Amino acid sequence: MSRRAPLGTVLVLLLAGCGGSAGDGAAAAPGPSAAEVGGPLTVFAAASLTDVFTDLGERFEADRPGLDVQFNFAGSSALATQVTQGAPADVFASANEAQMAVVADAGLADDPQVFAANVPQIAVPAGNPAGVTGLADLGREELTIAVCAPQVPCGAAAEDVLAAAGVTAAPDTLEEDVRAALTKVELGEVDAALVYTTDVTAAGDAVEGIDVPEAEQVVNEYPIAALADAPNPEAAAAFVELVRSEEGQQALADAGFRVP
Amino acid sequence: MRRRGEPGVPVPLLVPAVLAVAFLALPLAGLVIRAPWGELGPQLAGPAVGQALRLSLVSATAATGLSLVLGVPLAWVLARSQARGRSVLRALVTVPLVLPPVVGGVALFLVLGRQGIVGRWLDQALGVTIPFTTTAVVIAETFVAMPFLVISVEGALRAADARFEDAAATLGADRWTTFRRVTLPLVAPGIAAGAVLCWARALGEFGATITFAGNFPGTTQTMPLAVYLALQQDPDAAIVLSLVLLVVSVATLLLLRDRWFSRSGAAA
Repeated sequence: MSRRAPLGTVLVLLLAGCGGSAGDGAAAAPGPSAAEVGGPLTVFAAASLTDVFTDLGERFEADRPGLDVQFNFAGSSALATQVTQGAPADVFASANEAQMAVVADAGLADDPQVFAANVPQIAVPAGNPAGVTGLADLGREELTIAVCAPQVPCGAAAEDVLAAAGVTAAPDTLEEDVRAALTKVELGEVDAALVYTTDVTAAGDAVEGIDVPEAEQVVNEYPIAALADAPNPEAAAAFVELVRSEEGQQALADAGFRVP
Repeated sequence: MRRRGEPGVPVPLLVPAVLAVAFLALPLAGLVIRAPWGELGPQLAGPAVGQALRLSLVSATAATGLSLVLGVPLAWVLARSQARGRSVLRALVTVPLVLPPVVGGVALFLVLGRQGIVGRWLDQALGVTIPFTTTAVVIAETFVAMPFLVISVEGALRAADARFEDAAATLGADRWTTFRRVTLPLVAPGIAAGAVLCWARALGEFGATITFAGNFPGTTQTMPLAVYLALQQDPDAAIVLSLVLLVVSVATLLLLRDRWFSRSGAAA
C-alpha cells in the first residue's frame, strides 16, 4: 500500500500542474475550492447510491474543469475488501456502518460521517401480480421471493426486519446485492423482493413499493469518508463536502433517501 | 521423429514459458500461503461446504453431459457439412464466450424465465418454471461452457484425416455409420479434452448462474457462489472454500487424465 502512494501523488501533481497552468495561478487560499481540484477522483460507493452519486458526480465535474470522477459501485462489503486490499480509492461511501468500520479499523478512513439513511421496502413487479400486501407474504411458499444474502448489508437488514415482524421468509434466492434482487423484480421473475425505498424509486414504473411498518426499526445509515491514502485528497474532501451540502442532501432526498 | 536436432527448450521459448508459469501459478501460491490452515477443519465440517461442493460437481457434470450430447453433433456440422451460413453459425456459437456471463444470465431469463419467450409458455401450459432451480444452474453452466467443447471438437475434426472417412464411405458405410465407427474413435481424445475444458468452465461458472438460477443453499448455491458470498463477510472462509474447489477439481482432472489420456497421450 505504501508503494502506491508516491505513484498516485506523482500522477496528481502532474495533472494538477497541467490544470494549474491554464487556471488562475498557484497562490490560492488553503482549503479545497472549485478552481484548484483537478485530476482523477475515484469514488467507491454502495450499489444503492448508483443513480444519485452519478448525478452528483456530473455536477461536481461541471463545476471543476479538468476533474474526472470515476465511480466504482458495488456491494459495500466488496468495496470495503477492495479498499483494505489497497485499491486506489479517494472516497468510500458505505451502505452501512459495519463496512465503514472495516475500513476505519484498518486506519484507512478519515472521520466517517453519516450522510443519508435508507429504509427497507418490499418491491413488487408493476401491477403486483401476486397481490403482496406486507411482510407476511414473504413467507408464502407458493410465491417466488428474493431476499439479499445475510452476508451483504441489505440481507442483514432483511433479517432484522423479518425478525422484528416475526415472519419466517420463504426465499427462493438469496441475492448477492440489492440491485440483483431488484433486477429480478423488474424482469418479473420474482413476485416480491425486500429492497430499499431508494431502489424502488430508482426502478421507476417497472416496480411498485409496499411500505413495511416494521422497517422503521431497521433504518440503515450511510457513512462517507475521504480515505487516508487518497491519491487526490483535495478532490476527495470537496466531494464529501458536496454530498453533505444542501445540494447533495436534496439530491439524496429526491432519490428516496432520508437525510439527517 | 519428434525431436529433431538438439534436445532442450530454446531460450526464446523458455523465458516466456517460465514467465507464463509464474503468472498463472503465483496467484495460486498466494491462496495457499494466505490460507488459514487452522480453520480448515471447522470450515469443512460445516454442512454448507459439502452441499455446495456436491451441487457444483453434479451440475458441472450434468452440464458437460448435456454439452456432449448437443455439442459434438454441432461440432460435426460446423466441421463437415457443406451447408451455407456455417461461418455465421460458428460466430453465433462463440457468442457466449465473449458475452459477460451476467448478461448471459439475463438473456436466459428473457427466453426461459417465467416472463420469457419460451418460459412463459412452459409456465402456463405445463406449470414448469425454470429459474431458481438446480435445472437453471445446469442450463446456465451449459450455456457458458458448451462453446468450449464445440470449438475443441470442431478443431479435432478438422485436424483428423478425412481419408479414413472417405475410405469408410467407399466400403459402403453411410455417413451415420461412418460417424459412429470411424470419426468418433478418431477424435475421441479431442472430445475428451473438450469435455474437460467444458467441465472446468462449468465448475467455475458464477455470473450466469447467480443471475438466472439465483443463490440458495442446497438448490442453486454452487461453490463459486458460496465463495463470493463468504468473501463479503469472512475472506478467510472464502479462501478455504476456494482451495477446496481447487483441490477437488485438480484431483478429478488428474484422475480423468490418467484414465483417458494414458493410452492416446495426444491431447491435453
